Amino acid sequence: MNENIDPRALDRPNSYIGKSVPRPNLPKLVEGRGQFVDDVVLPRMVHVAFVRSPHAHAKINAINGAEALKIPGVLRIVTGRELAAICDPWVAVLVHLAGMKSAPQYPLPLERATWHGEAVAAVVAESRALAEDGIAKVDVDYDPLPAVADMETALAPTTPLIHAELGDNLCFQRTNESGDVTAAFKAAHKIVEATFHTGRHTGVTLEPRSILADYNKGSGKLVVHHSTQAPHMMQGVFAKHLRMPEGDVRVICVDVGGSYGIKVHVYPDEVATVAIAKLMGRPVKFIADRLESFGSDIHARDHRINGKMAVDAEGRITAIDIDDLTGIGPYSVYPRTSAVEGNQVINLVGGPYDFANYRAKTTVVLQNKTPTCQYRAVGHPIATTVTEGLVDLAAEALGMDPIAFRLKNLMRDDSYPRTSPAGMKFEGLSHIKSLGRLMDMIDYPLLRSEQDAMRAQGIYRGIGFAAFIELTNPSPFMYGIGGARISAQDGCTVRIDPDGSVVAATGVTEQGQGTEGIIRQIVAEAVGVPIHTVRVVTGDTQTTPYGGGTWACRGAGIGGEAALQAGIATRAAALRVASAMLQASAGTLDIVNGNIVDRATGAVRMPLAELTRIVYFRGDTLPPDLPRELMQTRHFITKEFPFAFTNGIQASWLEVDVETGLVKLLKHWVVEDCGRIINPQLVDEQVRGGVVQGIGGALYEHCAYSPEGQLLVGSMADYLVPMAAEMPDIEVGHIETPTRESLLGAKGAGEAGTAGAPAAIMNAINDALRPLKAQVLAQPFSPERILQALGKVPT
Amino acid sequence: MTTNSITLTVNGDQVRRDVPARQHLIDFLRLDLGLMGSHVACEHGVCGACTVRLDGAIVRGCLVLAASLHGSTVETIEGVSDSGEIRDLQDAFIARNAAQCGYCTPGMLMTAADLLKSNATPTRAEIREHISGNYCRCTGYQAIVDAVETTAHKRRSSGPKP
Repeated sequence: MNENIDPRALDRPNSYIGKSVPRPNLPKLVEGRGQFVDDVVLPRMVHVAFVRSPHAHAKINAINGAEALKIPGVLRIVTGRELAAICDPWVAVLVHLAGMKSAPQYPLPLERATWHGEAVAAVVAESRALAEDGIAKVDVDYDPLPAVADMETALAPTTPLIHAELGDNLCFQRTNESGDVTAAFKAAHKIVEATFHTGRHTGVTLEPRSILADYNKGSGKLVVHHSTQAPHMMQGVFAKHLRMPEGDVRVICVDVGGSYGIKVHVYPDEVATVAIAKLMGRPVKFIADRLESFGSDIHARDHRINGKMAVDAEGRITAIDIDDLTGIGPYSVYPRTSAVEGNQVINLVGGPYDFANYRAKTTVVLQNKTPTCQYRAVGHPIATTVTEGLVDLAAEALGMDPIAFRLKNLMRDDSYPRTSPAGMKFEGLSHIKSLGRLMDMIDYPLLRSEQDAMRAQGIYRGIGFAAFIELTNPSPFMYGIGGARISAQDGCTVRIDPDGSVVAATGVTEQGQGTEGIIRQIVAEAVGVPIHTVRVVTGDTQTTPYGGGTWACRGAGIGGEAALQAGIATRAAALRVASAMLQASAGTLDIVNGNIVDRATGAVRMPLAELTRIVYFRGDTLPPDLPRELMQTRHFITKEFPFAFTNGIQASWLEVDVETGLVKLLKHWVVEDCGRIINPQLVDEQVRGGVVQGIGGALYEHCAYSPEGQLLVGSMADYLVPMAAEMPDIEVGHIETPTRESLLGAKGAGEAGTAGAPAAIMNAINDALRPLKAQVLAQPFSPERILQALGKVPT
Repeated sequence: MTTNSITLTVNGDQVRRDVPARQHLIDFLRLDLGLMGSHVACEHGVCGACTVRLDGAIVRGCLVLAASLHGSTVETIEGVSDSGEIRDLQDAFIARNAAQCGYCTPGMLMTAADLLKSNATPTRAEIREHISGNYCRCTGYQAIVDAVETTAHKRRSSGPKP
């Protein structure tokens, strides 16, 4: 355990931690001079497009590409059998999720298509347009098979098996239990019960999935330009499955046009692209179009949850019992697996509250729909919706105000460290302080009186709250212990160049959240140089230390600490040289603003650039044995706690038009505690973007399917995302409870907004509808569903 | 495949190309001219990532056929960056962190610049309405609204008095 640094004590030149410093990435991005994968053009590059299954489930009898190959510019038709000869399949299971099972998955299937939109053959051509011409001419002979579409009946004895060798359609099942739930419900003063649906939705990254693989048959080296969050993980995947040494595979991602978890998975069509590049020995590019994104990007959050909560006569929660069911598609997704979302749900339900008896079961079933996997705030929005939905129902049953009920039941700020009934270890949280801060921000009595006044005029406004916890800074307990080659540690190399400028290469990656910005701030402060002299390198497996990349909110907490330690080590190395050059003990010197200074007086003794000139060009003038390593690497991994939990609370203020069912968002507030804040502006914008992503799932977004398993959304006109006109202004407040696992004290901030927003919206809608005795519990809370709840249209 | 010969002005340069009849403006800009600043994202006119200026008005590049552009004038993010026309707006986006991944940003800037040309005093609601055809998954839009509002304020206070 560490004492944290206190940024306020470092209020001196180069004190950047805790300040809203603009990001270094933005000047190029606002001029359209970024480099996304589709912007990269290589000599002899060809394009691949995929023939995709029109069936939810079908036997593939034959694939005939003869007609396609007659089109000038169409170069090759590739099938699953051809790729299987050079690329090994994968089975996405984690051994710590006991009993989990899935089937081997190939880059392109060998015998059967198992979801509508699955790639079944590849067409390689001189341009994407020609490849699409080729697709139209490829003749695939299918025998349609019965599809498993409804997750509720996936395990029924009469339901066909998706993979006969698995014996059933069950991927994973787990019950998380503590205390005596049955006794607690028997003794309850009141019991509330409800069924929630969180609705299948997807990430809709504006930049679609993109990959450009370049295999050089002469050198045996593979370079992959990839829009990914985890370049080192992908390097390992390509190497393993294409039977190459990791050192021969280089993954580069310069700019990534949005990811949110969508781009941290292994997609069969992307592996196929890389395998085809190896097969053909020339660069092959695949850029998904929007239609194939909807059918092949991972989906998420397709859960049905039955929840029950018991409370005593004093208004205390005594027990929570939930039964979660989720359908994940025909395969668990590699290598994170598709069981983690359900597992997260049963680990996180009830998270903010002080109660003793807990039972939560998740059942994860296979079905013939697009595979689901981890998407921003994995499991959190589901767990928070269930918990906070039950909390509001319990408050209502007791006749208590929802804030008073929460205040009575939230974990006390002085009760840490502690373990939740679900088994989660909390180092330090601030639910009570956060709620207090929220009350300062919203003027609750005023909102309630406004609500009453408006109701008298037939206008239905509601306020909804959602307290939440968020899992950040993951240790190997998340994936590594299950056998997945997913790194929880991360590294940073800091180097001082001859002109005294600094380069920091980090294993964490940038997709717009500001990773490069915060690493630059941390390193500038740690070394003691002006921030404009620090350049940050990310997203290149050949030039950055091995790391996990970006997932589960680890960039600041893990990558940031590695950068801080590498920067401190580099400063110490430079001061050791300086002490020899200046004949002063290293302890009396410091580096400030790019100068070696006298620590006591601040007097400049020598520019850092003079020290580097001597080290790099006149090393002969230094004592022969003097170490002069102006490049230092440090790695960091958390040790005490499996995860650094954060917490917060959100509030939504909205109006429901009871004639049209439309919801108008008036205002949204968030208080969150992500520990040490490195850049307040970036944290606020992560929260705001996350809230709006959560609002999308709550109100608009839905991967709708027909009963036969046909995906009914093929464009952004079918699948609605939040646009500017409908979104509210979002006010963000903070509490800072640094983690003591690191000197920096930072936890993650990227998923808090998404974790709590859907629950706050749901509770606000139901608060608005309460006088009309109507409620909605199934996302998205569309006008149709609201009118159904009001009894104005048939269900 | 049918091609059409077109001569047009792109970012001040006269260019002449033979283009396939089916090619849209954004593929023309990206594949034929190497102007990678305008991004492809939905290709059905919903997301606004490919917004460029055609004869002074903003259009969705994915909904305009290149073959129809003989004699036209096209301006892209590269053009308005080089000319300095929207420097203040770009600086406001940087200061306010109104771009995260940056993929929507060129189209968003072209749309915001279009608003500021016609309305020197937009309200926040008017800004939200004008950019409501430009999808941004990262920011939640508030920072973008702030940056556009700030730019309008600054232009009013520094510009010539009416």
